[in-house]
Amino acid sequence: MMAGTLPISYYLGLSALLFTLGVLGVLIRRNALVIFMSVELMLNAGNLAFVAFARMYDMLNGQIFVFFVMAVAAAEVAVGLALIVAIFKTKRSIDVDQMNSLKG
Amino acid sequence: MSIDLILFLVLALVAVATALGMLFSRNAVYSALFLVLNFATVAVFYVLLSAPFIALTQITVYAGAIMVLFLFVIMLLGAERLPASPALPWQRPLAIFLALVLIAETGYLLLFRQAVTATVSLPQTDVFGSPSQVGTALFNQYLLPFEVTSVLLLSAMVGVIVLTVRKKGERE
Repeated sequence: MMAGTLPISYYLGLSALLFTLGVLGVLIRRNALVIFMSVELMLNAGNLAFVAFARMYDMLNGQIFVFFVMAVAAAEVAVGLALIVAIFKTKRSIDVDQMNSLKG
Repeated sequence: MSIDLILFLVLALVAVATALGMLFSRNAVYSALFLVLNFATVAVFYVLLSAPFIALTQITVYAGAIMVLFLFVIMLLGAERLPASPALPWQRPLAIFLALVLIAETGYLLLFRQAVTATVSLPQTDVFGSPSQVGTALFNQYLLPFEVTSVLLLSAMVGVIVLTVRKKGERE
């Protein structure tokens, strides 16, 4: 299957690679903000796969879904960053290793 | 090797390199800026996959709004301090040179290549992935999810305000 003149598998491979790098970031970094950015990278890799499949099947549904993923990502980032700010206020740190108690 | 493949490989290299830079930079500010570049590269991929509307949404929502929010929180927390690095000695001459090149390019286009600007036609509206097609699908087939999204954004907004508002009498 081709998109333009390139096989769709190229885009899927790149998407998988970016997703893996996002997972790696969540696993190796201890800074909550960078972990958050890695989650964004994973969402983005998923979006790339969606758009690639939309091109492959010539259907717009994939692109519409990317639109919704972006809206959810925006909401998630706003709430997540507010949580990080709230945690920073009490703990004075955003190192995830420090977040080991439920009570602030 | 076709031009498409070269374009894809160069962009893929930039995307992977910026993702790695995001992972391994010590400073969260640099991580955020690498991620902005990564999002911009992915937006170019969207254009290549004939999704121009999604590409522009990616730039405005992700690279614009979301990453500005990230940078804002990084600066607000002040957890990451940029070391005062000495200014690069060749930066200013290089910037002046590149600006002059850009001015020369635009001047050349405007003065000698008017045929390029004279024949610009309106973009087609009925091609795959055009804003009008995406809008038609969004407001017909996907109207309910679209409206639910607005409720989601509203609840996120209320949640953020509740999380960050300072209670009465609370001191920093």
